[in-house]
Amino acid sequence: MSARPSGDGVQPVAVWEALRRPRRFLLSAWPVRCWAYLFSGSLFGLVVLASLVALVALGVVLSVVGVGLLVLAATAVAGLPVARVERRRLRLVDPVPLPDPHASLPGAGARTWLRTRMRERATWRELGYAVLLGVVFAVAGLGVTALLGFSLILLATPGIVALNSGPVMIIPGRAVPGPLAGLPFSAVGLLGLVLCAYLAGLLAGAQVRTAWFLLSSRDEEFSPRVMELTRSRARLADAFEAERRRIERDLHDGAQQQLVALTMTLGLAQMELGEQNPAAAELVTRARAEARRALEQLRDLVRGIHPQVLTDHGLAAAVTEVALHNPLPVTVDVDLPHRLPGPVETMGYFAVTEALTNANKYSGASGVTVEGRLEDDRLILVITDDGQGGADPSAGTGLAGLADRLAILRGRLVVSSPVGGPTRLRVEVPCSA
Amino acid sequence: MLRVVLAEDAVLLRAGLVELLTRGGHEVAAAVGDAEALARAVDEERPDVVITDVRMPPDFRDEGLKAALELRARHDRLPVLVLSQYVATAYATQLLSGGGAGAAGLGYLLKDRVGEVSEFLDALRRVAAGQTVLDPEVVRVLLAQQDAGRPMGRLTPREREVLALMAEGLTNQAIAQRLSVTEASVVKHAGNIFMKLDLDPAEGNRRVLAVLAYLRREAS
Repeated sequence: MSARPSGDGVQPVAVWEALRRPRRFLLSAWPVRCWAYLFSGSLFGLVVLASLVALVALGVVLSVVGVGLLVLAATAVAGLPVARVERRRLRLVDPVPLPDPHASLPGAGARTWLRTRMRERATWRELGYAVLLGVVFAVAGLGVTALLGFSLILLATPGIVALNSGPVMIIPGRAVPGPLAGLPFSAVGLLGLVLCAYLAGLLAGAQVRTAWFLLSSRDEEFSPRVMELTRSRARLADAFEAERRRIERDLHDGAQQQLVALTMTLGLAQMELGEQNPAAAELVTRARAEARRALEQLRDLVRGIHPQVLTDHGLAAAVTEVALHNPLPVTVDVDLPHRLPGPVETMGYFAVTEALTNANKYSGASGVTVEGRLEDDRLILVITDDGQGGADPSAGTGLAGLADRLAILRGRLVVSSPVGGPTRLRVEVPCSA
Repeated sequence: MLRVVLAEDAVLLRAGLVELLTRGGHEVAAAVGDAEALARAVDEERPDVVITDVRMPPDFRDEGLKAALELRARHDRLPVLVLSQYVATAYATQLLSGGGAGAAGLGYLLKDRVGEVSEFLDALRRVAAGQTVLDPEVVRVLLAQQDAGRPMGRLTPREREVLALMAEGLTNQAIAQRLSVTEASVVKHAGNIFMKLDLDPAEGNRRVLAVLAYLRREAS
C-alpha cells in the first residue's frame, strides 16, 4: 500500500512527468484524459458550488428557527462526499490511489460520527477543497473547455464550409469563401488544440497537487493513532509471551512431573513383579511405554510453545534442540555474541519453528539450513530449504502469521521461493524495540 | 550399597526417587529441594554419590548443575549424576568441561530414564564407580551436532556408532554385541577414532571417552 506524502511533492505528479516529453504527450491518451478530468471537474465543481451556496443560504435563513444550525453543520461536512468523489476522479489522471484520511468509525451513532468528523482537520481541508473546486478549478476547467471547443470548431472550418450552403463567418463580417480558404483557420485550430492539450496537462497536474495537499492524510494526524496501535499490539504480544511462559511452567511443574513419577512407579512395579507374574509384568511394561509416549507428546507440545532451553540457554541452543527433533535433517549455524532480549529470542525461535514446519509440510525438501547472526543490533535469521519452492506468504496462514508477529517487534520477513525452489526465508528482528 | 544425597525440587519425584533408591538397596542420606541445601547436605553427609536435578529454586535455571560443579571442585572426584528434563548440549558440555576431575564419575541422564528402574540403578552404580554415563539421547544429539568440516565429520558412520556406544560407557565386548560385529573390529574402529580425533590412547583412562575429550576441547 503506497500512501501519498502529505502534498509536499516528494512524489512526482504523473501528468507533469508525462509533459516532460511534449511530443509523446500529444500523441498519447493523456490530453484526452486531462480534458475529461477538467471537464468533469468543472461540471462537478459548479454543482458543488451551487449546493454549498444553497446550504449556507438555507442555514442562515433558517438559523432563526434553530434547524439552520443543523443545516450549517451539514455544510461543514459537505466536503466529505465531495472529497470521496474527487479521490475517485483523481484516478483518471493519477495511478496511485489517495487513502481516506478519516478515522474509521464502524458502528458509531450519527452524533458521534458528526462530532468526530467536526474535530478532524481533514474535514475542514476537504471543505476548503470543495470551495476551491467550485470557484477556481471549475472556472479554469471551463476556460480550457471553451478553448478546446473553439479550437475544434476552427479545425473543422473547411468541413463546415463544405457542408454549409450559406456563407460561414469565423471572423464577424468576413465570410470564408470556400473549403480551401478555411485551411488557415484549421491550422490555427490545430495550434489551439496543441496549446489546449498542454494547458490541460498543466492544470490537471496543479489540481492533482492540490488534491494531494488537501485530501490526503497528514503524518501528524496519522502517527498518534499508529503509535497507539503499535503500543497496544506490543502490549498484547507481551501478554501472549507471559502466557506462553506460564503454560510452559505449569506443564513442566504439573503434568510432566506427574508423568515421570508415574513411569517411575510403574518401573518399580515391574521390578517387584519380576518373574513371579510375567503376564502382569508384561502389562506394566506396556503401561510404562504408554506413559512415556504421553510424556514425549507433552514435551513436544512444550517445545512448540516456549521451551525451557530457550529461557535457560538462549536462541542458539533452542534452535539446535528443535532441529534435532525435526523430521528433516537441519544444519544449524547460529552464532550470536550474547543473549538477546526475551521477546527477540522468542520471536526468533518461533520464526525457526514456523519455517521448519513449512519446510516439513510443503516443500518436499531433503534438508534445511538455519543461519543466525547479529548485524547492527538486528537478529538476522535465514532459513533455506532445498525443496520445490512456490511458498506464498499470502496463501498459508503460517507465514502470514509469522509476518504479523514480526511486525509487532518492527521486524520483517522476506520470502524468496521461486517455483522449483529453493525457498529462502529471511527474518530480521531489531533488538532495541 | 551406596549413600546417596538427592536434590530434586518436585516433591512427587523426590519421594519417588527415595523409594526407588531404597528399594534398590541404597541409603538416601538426605533428600533436599534446592541447591543450597544440597551443598550443606553433601558437606555434612559425605555421600558416595550425588543425584541432582538441573533446574531448581530459586531461579529454576541451572542451579543444580552449578552446585554439582562446585561440589566436585570442593570434594575431590565426588561422583555426580545429573538429571535433566531435556537434552541441552550446553548442560552436558558445561558439566563435562567444568569438573576438576575430568569426566570421571559424572553422569547426565534424562529424567525419563528413571522409569527404567534397573538401568537407572545400574547407571548410578557406574557413576559412583568413577565411570562416565551419558544418556543415549544426549550422545545422539552431541554426535548429530558435529557436522562435516569439523574433526567429528571425518568419522565414518560406523565409527560414530562405536563412539556413541563408548560414550554410553559400554565395553568393547558389549559394543561388539550391540553392533553384531567381532570385538576385534570394534578395537580397530576405536583405534581409528582416537587417531582421527588426535587423541593419545595412552593418556589417562583408556576408556576416556572420545566424545567427552572432544567436547571439552570444543567448550574451551
